[in-house]
Parts: sequence; structure tokens; C-alpha cells
Amino acid sequence: MPDLLLELRSEEIPARMQRKAAGDLRKLVTDALVDAGLTYEGVREYWTPRRLILDIRGLNARSADQREEIKGPSTKAPEQAIAGFLRKAGLADISQAQVASDPKKGDFYLAVVSKPGRAAEEIIEAVMPGIIRSFPWPKSMRWGAASMPKGLSFAGIEGKGPESLRWVRPLQSIVCMFGTEHEETKVIPFQIDGITAGNITYGHRFHAPDAITVRRFDDYVSNLEKAKVMLDADRRKDMILHDARDIAFANGLDLVEDEGLLEEVSGLVEWPHVLLGTFEQDYLEIPAEIIRLTIKTNQKCFVTRRQGTDDGSLSNHFILISNIEAKDGGKEIVHGNGKVVRARLSDARHFWTRDQGDLPDLATLEASAQKFGLDLKKSLDQRMAKLDALNVTFHAKLGSQGERVTRIRALAKELAPITGADPVLVDRAAVLAKADLRTEAVGEFPELQGLMGRRYALLQGEDASVAAAIEDHWKPNGPSDRLPEDKVGLTLALADKLDTLVGFWAIDEKPTGSKDPYALRRAALGVVRILLERKVRLPLLAVTKDSDLLSFFHDRLKVYLRDLGARHDIIDAVLTPDADDLLLVARRAEALTAFITSEDGKNLLAGTKRATQLLAAEEKKGTVVADGVSEALLTLDAEKALWAAISEASKEASDAVAKEDFRSAMEALSKLRAPVDTFFGDVLVNDEDAAIRANRLALLKAIREATATVADFSRIVS
Amino acid sequence: MTATTLPDHMNPKRSFQALILTLHAYWADKGCAVLQPYDMEVGAGTFHPATTLRALGPKPWKAAYVQPSRRPSDGRYGENPNRLQHYYQYQVILKPNPSNLQELYLGSLAAIGLDPLLHDVRFVEDDWESPTLGAWGLGWECWCDGMEVSQFTYFQQVCGIECSPVAGELTYGLERLAMYVQGVDNVYDLNFNGREGEEKISYGDVFLQAEQEYSRHNFEFANTEMLHRHFIDAEKECQALLAFGAPGDQANQMLHKCVFPAYDQCIKASHVFNLLDARGVISVTERQSYILRVRTLAKACGEAFLLTDAGGAKLGREAA
Repeated sequence: MPDLLLELRSEEIPARMQRKAAGDLRKLVTDALVDAGLTYEGVREYWTPRRLILDIRGLNARSADQREEIKGPSTKAPEQAIAGFLRKAGLADISQAQVASDPKKGDFYLAVVSKPGRAAEEIIEAVMPGIIRSFPWPKSMRWGAASMPKGLSFAGIEGKGPESLRWVRPLQSIVCMFGTEHEETKVIPFQIDGITAGNITYGHRFHAPDAITVRRFDDYVSNLEKAKVMLDADRRKDMILHDARDIAFANGLDLVEDEGLLEEVSGLVEWPHVLLGTFEQDYLEIPAEIIRLTIKTNQKCFVTRRQGTDDGSLSNHFILISNIEAKDGGKEIVHGNGKVVRARLSDARHFWTRDQGDLPDLATLEASAQKFGLDLKKSLDQRMAKLDALNVTFHAKLGSQGERVTRIRALAKELAPITGADPVLVDRAAVLAKADLRTEAVGEFPELQGLMGRRYALLQGEDASVAAAIEDHWKPNGPSDRLPEDKVGLTLALADKLDTLVGFWAIDEKPTGSKDPYALRRAALGVVRILLERKVRLPLLAVTKDSDLLSFFHDRLKVYLRDLGARHDIIDAVLTPDADDLLLVARRAEALTAFITSEDGKNLLAGTKRATQLLAAEEKKGTVVADGVSEALLTLDAEKALWAAISEASKEASDAVAKEDFRSAMEALSKLRAPVDTFFGDVLVNDEDAAIRANRLALLKAIREATATVADFSRIVS
Repeated sequence: MTATTLPDHMNPKRSFQALILTLHAYWADKGCAVLQPYDMEVGAGTFHPATTLRALGPKPWKAAYVQPSRRPSDGRYGENPNRLQHYYQYQVILKPNPSNLQELYLGSLAAIGLDPLLHDVRFVEDDWESPTLGAWGLGWECWCDGMEVSQFTYFQQVCGIECSPVAGELTYGLERLAMYVQGVDNVYDLNFNGREGEEKISYGDVFLQAEQEYSRHNFEFANTEMLHRHFIDAEKECQALLAFGAPGDQANQMLHKCVFPAYDQCIKASHVFNLLDARGVISVTERQSYILRVRTLAKACGEAFLLTDAGGAKLGREAA
């Protein structure tokens, strides 16, 4: 069976887009081939900075013949209807149609259209231009003479104006080879905007720029390898990683691994070559995070540690990945990269020291300093004062960063007694929490916000707990991030997140569908995690009266508990719309889960459900249910016993619930199990006497109400 | 002309001016009109009408030039070895972009003596955007051993108008490139004329004092009240000139008659804005509105340019 090789060679594709683009190409091509009636045995995609490649194996040579019957109108139908049928079926004359018969319809026309299968080559030639034309690049562009306006041409190429081909960067050539393993392959020469698919590709831009004739995937891969192009990105990654580890090890270093950087770097080279660079020891006085980010973000290089160090400190060696095997073994490349890294680190040191110095215009900051009780002798205090004085906008409708800090501060003050945090430390942490947004380090690397604040706070002698809270108030940043370290941090984290949520709800900027530009889901999940994992009892309705926001918290809570393995029906059974103490909800769910899986629990649940269903059926019929249980009307022992048990269990259960002792509440209820079972065994609810019947139905209602003190049993699935 | 056959002082690795002359020779050989710098203060080579305006309309165009560029807020009183408030960009524009533009660019690096089998040359994603010009394009930063030495852009939109055809724009940061090839760490140490000893003229000899003086001007002395006024004047004048030159109803009045002078006023407004910004008298919200005002002028100029002969108005009519 034939194979298909496709290569789309372009100018450098942004690294971050390559993997997805190759996957998209695979899906689009295989879907189109399958839609056209072809099947294939296997497919794999490859990519480099300059090409997307598809290797499809075991295609059918042809799609299968297809036979289609098209039912037409009655033989007695008017001419117009028959003409329409002919058009639809593609027939020239009605004599080409058959006549079929139907008991209802009588005689009618029938066209049998047989579509012969098509050659795979023909199908490929037909589908490829459309796939390339509508390829889902995140950003695409036009280029060259084809982008001339329509009606004009340049260098013999017709302008197509806005309809000219779009690609991520100019598309240079296409290889499209088709054929079986044992015969000569052939080119499928489809055309798109002046490019004709052929059998020519080119090797490494500098090492092997000459044309390479391609036959099939095997020689394509091996010839490109000879031409210093390593096709498989995962192999490039692997090689970079191993060579980097080796070169580090050989120099007494450990590579600081970084999967994101590795992925990016593997998309910047066709022929990776790993080298070791150096900068002066002095720069190591800069915090390791800044060094790492400077070298990673700006230079796409890896940092290293001295072997055996585990204090997070770095060495003054970095690892770079070049795209060539340089004639001098890489000396010039190492030298050049070293210079750039040094210049970058020199900038970084500049802002690291400047952030610790005085701002020039302290006199203008007095008012802001007073507002927040700041000490303008301290550098981080100055930055907060500056943030306020500059009126930096947080959000157009939610005011400035200064106003935001004022709100967070007030809320944190209210929360401190609840969390048990030292209110003085909480207040200090609150006024410094956003100060690092004005530091140059965070200006350069926004992802260091919090962390830099903590560092600068420690340098100016803040309490360790305050410093930690400055970093930790951003946490947890997602489901797997760590929580704030201590109570000061978690109080500030709650205040910050709740302020954000309440604010965005107030201006009606809630997340919709997949859109959540302010990461409000993450903020709410953060609140949920802190409350539950740090066991904080916070009545949310004291912070917000917005029932929609409360239900948003409920949704996050459900997701969180479900991820921990909780049953959704159990969560639903304990989650009332106005439940605002999420820790309590979680505890209730936990107790109910334990109960419901016990023998007593299961039976009680069954009994309760039976009672509820019976009751619901009667209520629907309009049968009278007494307002309360009348002891005088209880005639049988079983119902007397049940009533006594309900009265006792209800009281015990509600007492226990009042003490938030859900386990005892469940235990109290479990005592109902035997009397309920006996009741259903011995007592006929539908007594002939209407009064007795109404009283017994009231008894069923009492079962439902008793269990409702701990949960809505009707929501539990089994 | 190759680097090896030249006398030392004309070697692009030895002298700043030889670097420029080498690039001139290279791009002249590729058919570019080698222009001189535009005689106004601009923030980047892109502002030269030979790029901004000529990138619009259907007419092919090829030009190369050095453009002194002013970024008032980058002034460092001559104390920073890498940052200048006045520096040179080498600008090449080819419209439509030839299909081998990357090769042409690499050829220019070879011409100044950068061997791509010795140096690691890379095209790293960098999408370019100029909010004041209403322009954007896709392309790369070109890296040489980890140093960004050029910007490579395929213009998609300029003055808010879709480019048809697309032009390729190359911008070389000349000081940075020269520092790299001369192996110098401080811009002021660059050898300007390629001579040694008493005959040597360094970049510092030419520009250090100017950097100090302009930094004072940009940050401390520039009269902001006057600048505000100049901004408003330039804005008004730009609009007035565009209105004055606007096409009329008669058959012989179909073209716009006054685009280049109007565009000068747009450039002026942009530079005045940069100065005001450096003086720190523009708040965050005001900043946006100034950028928008300059962009509005740029758009109006771009649209008017399409109504001129150079903008292809006659061609368009013939084709239609």
C-alpha cells in the first residue's frame, strides 16, 4: 500500500506554535483523506523551526466505489418536479431513471447513481490546497508579489490582494511524495499561490543549503540527517537534555532543568549543539530567580548549580544551545553569548540595587505614606507610596491600586480575628503586599511579583511572617500550588482574593464559558483551598451578600471536592443554597459519606427514600396528610415505636448539628433504621380510615424531616 | 566589495562608518535606492516617509538608508555603555518583499564579515507593532550569538491600512552591530573612522557631549509648555494641510496634493510627544490619548497618500 510524505517548508516558525501546528496538520490531512473514503495504517508528524512534516503509511490506492439511490417523484408528477429530480440526481433524461413501486406512493422514479472510487493521488491533490489555505495558525501573514493587489503583477506573479495565501511566515516550498515501498514514488504536484509541490527540499540553512531530492520518508529522514537537520523534535529535546547534563556534569555542575525552556529551545534549532558559557562570579549576588529568568527569558539559556548544592544558589556557568557545529568548536559563540548574558545581568544587578535605594521624589510621597502608615526611610515603603501617588489603575471600574490596597487592608483587619492571625502583622503585610509592583525587578519580570516583595521586605528588616505574607498572598496560584505558610499569609491571601472576587462581581465582569481573563475561578478555588485545607471557618455571607457569588464558590467547592473523590450527589445533599461556611459543608459531606456507606446508613437511606416516594405519590394524588403526628391516632406498636424513635433521633441529631458534630448526628439518625424497617414491614400506610392514613403519612413526613437535619437524602443517588 | 580586500580603516569590523558604507554598497548592489537620512527628528527608521508612506499602495519600492533615531527617554547622560537617546538605525525596505529576503539579509551579514558557520545566526519570533503609526507586521529578531542585531518584519498594516503588496523591512541597530563586530563593550569606545592613534575618531568623540547635553534637555530643560503648544500646532497643521490638498470634484483634481508636508507634521507631533513623555509630564491615561492622536494623523496621511501618484492612485484607476 502506498505511503504519503508531505513537507511544508517555510521561514522560521515561532517555537511555541510548532508542536500544535504539526498536530493540526496531521488531523486536518487525515480527516480529509478519511472523509474522502481513504483509510491509512499509520501516521506521524514531525516539525523543525523551518518545516512541518507528515508521514502517512499504508494508504489505500483508491477510495471504494459508492452506489447511491435517489428517490424521485411519482411517475405522474408534474414536469417541474421531474426536472428538479433530474438536476438533483445529475441525469440528462428521465429515461436514465428507473421506475420503482411502492404500495402507498404507487410508481415513482428512482435514480441509481454510482460514484466510482477515486485515486488517492487525485484526492490528495484536491484536498491539500484547502487545508493549507485555511490552516489554523494563531497569527498569519501575507507576503511577496502574490500580495500585490488583484489585477497587478510583479516579476511574473499575479497579485491576489487580500486572497493571497496566508501562512505563519512565508511558505517556501512543498514536498509531496506518494507511492508504495517497492516502486518509484511520484510527486503529487498540487499548486497553491505559485508554489507547486515537488520532490526538492533543502538541508540546514548554513551547513547544507543545497537542494535535496526526496523519494520517500526513509531517504528523506536520512538525507536530512546528513544535511544536519534532525527531524524529530523529541529527539532534539532528548539530545539537548542529555548533552546539557553531560557538559554540566563534566564541569562539576548540575543542570537546572526547565521543560518549558527545553521545548522552546528544541524549536529554535534544526541541529542542536550544546555549549557552556560563563559570567563573572560577582553577578551571583543577584537573587537566583532573577539570574535564571534573565538568562532564560532573554537568552533562552539554561542555568546550572554547583554539584551538591541544594540551597537554590546558582553557579556562574550557563548552557546555551546553538544551531550550528561551529568551525572553531563554538568559541566565538560562547564568547558572544557570554557578553550578552553579562550585559543582561549587569542590567539586572542595576535594578536589583536600585530597588533597594531611595526614590528621587520622596517629598511628593508624604500624603500616600500617611495614608498607609508607611515609613519613607524604607525602600519598599517608598514603592508602595509611589504606587498610590501615581494612581496606577488596577481596573477602570475598580479604581487604583492604592484604593485596592485600602480595601484589602480593611478586609484583612476583619478577617484576622477569624483566622487568629496577629492583626498588627496582617496590617503591615497588607500595606506592603503590592509595593513590589513598583520595583524595577518586577517591571522586568512580572512573574517575580510577591517573591521580590518578600526579598526586599527581608532586606529592610520586616518581620519574617510579614515578608512571607507578601509572597504568599498570591498563593495558591492554581490547584497544585502551595498554600500560604502561616496565618498572616493566609489572612492576606483570603483578603486579596475575596476583594478581587467581590469587586469583579460588583461590576459584573464574571467568567463566562472558557473566558476568565481575570482568573476569577482560580481566585475562588484559592479561597476554597485555604478555607478547607487550613480549616478556617469563614461565613462568606459576612463578606458578600451576593448570592450569585456564593453559588460561584459552591461550584468551585464541588469541583474541588469531586477532585478529591467526593460523590457529587453527596455534595448536593449537604449543600443548601445559602450554605456560606464551606468548611462546614465539607465536614458535613465527609460525615455523610461515612454514614451512607455504612450498613445502617444504606438501610436508613432506603427507608427514607421509600417514605419520601410514598409520601410524594400521595401528595400528588391530593391525599390528605395530617399537619403533625397525633399520638392518639397511632394504633400499632410499630408506628408508636417509630414515632418515639423519630422524636428522640431528631432532637439528638439537631443538638449534634448545632454543635457541628456531624458524626454524632449521623449516629443518632442511624437509630431510626430498625424502627423504619419494622414500620414498613408491619404497617399498611394506606389505612381505610382517612384520619389514620393522614396520620401515618405525617409520620413519613417526620422521617423525611428528621433526616433533613443532616442532609437532603432525596438527592443521594443510591 | 568584500571585507578582506579593503584597507584596514575601511574594514567594517574596524570602523563604524565602514560598516555603514559596506551596508550601502551591499544594498545598492541589490537594487535599492540608497537614500540619506530624513531631515527631521524621528523615533525610528520606520518613520522616514521612504518607509511609512512608501510601504502603502501598489507601487514597488526598494530603498536603504541610515536614519538617526531619537528616543528622548533612553538618554543616560552618556553614562550607560549601551543606551543612547540618539542612535543610528540602518533601514532597508523592499516592496514587495523578494522571496529570498532572508538570504539577502544573511548576505549582508556575510558582507560585514559575520561567518554563519562561526557565528550562530537565528531568527527568533518577534512580532512588531508601532501603536503611533497604526502599523504591525510579523517577523523576527535576528540573533547573532545571542545578541539581537536586527529586526526583520513583513509589514501587514501601516497607518491602519492593509499593505498590498507586503513590504519586507530590515532594521539594523548599527551601534550594537558595530560593538559586536569591533568587540567593544562600551558604545563610546567604537572606532568611528577606522584610524588609529592621533587620527582615530571614536563614537564618544562624536557623540558623548551631545548625549550629555540632550539628556539634560530631554529630562530637565525642555520647555514643556512650549512643547504642548507645538504638539497642538503640529496636529492642527497636519490636519489643515491634508484638508488643503484634498482631491476636488474636477477631473484634474483627483489626486491629493499635499501629503508629504502633512506627514512631516505628524512626525513632529510624534517626536514632541516623546519629549513630553521623557519630561514625565504625561500621565498614564494621557499617554494613551496622545498615542491615539498621533495615530489618527498617521492614518489620515496614509489614506491621503493612497490618493497620490506615488501611492498608486493613477495605477489603480488604470487597472479599474
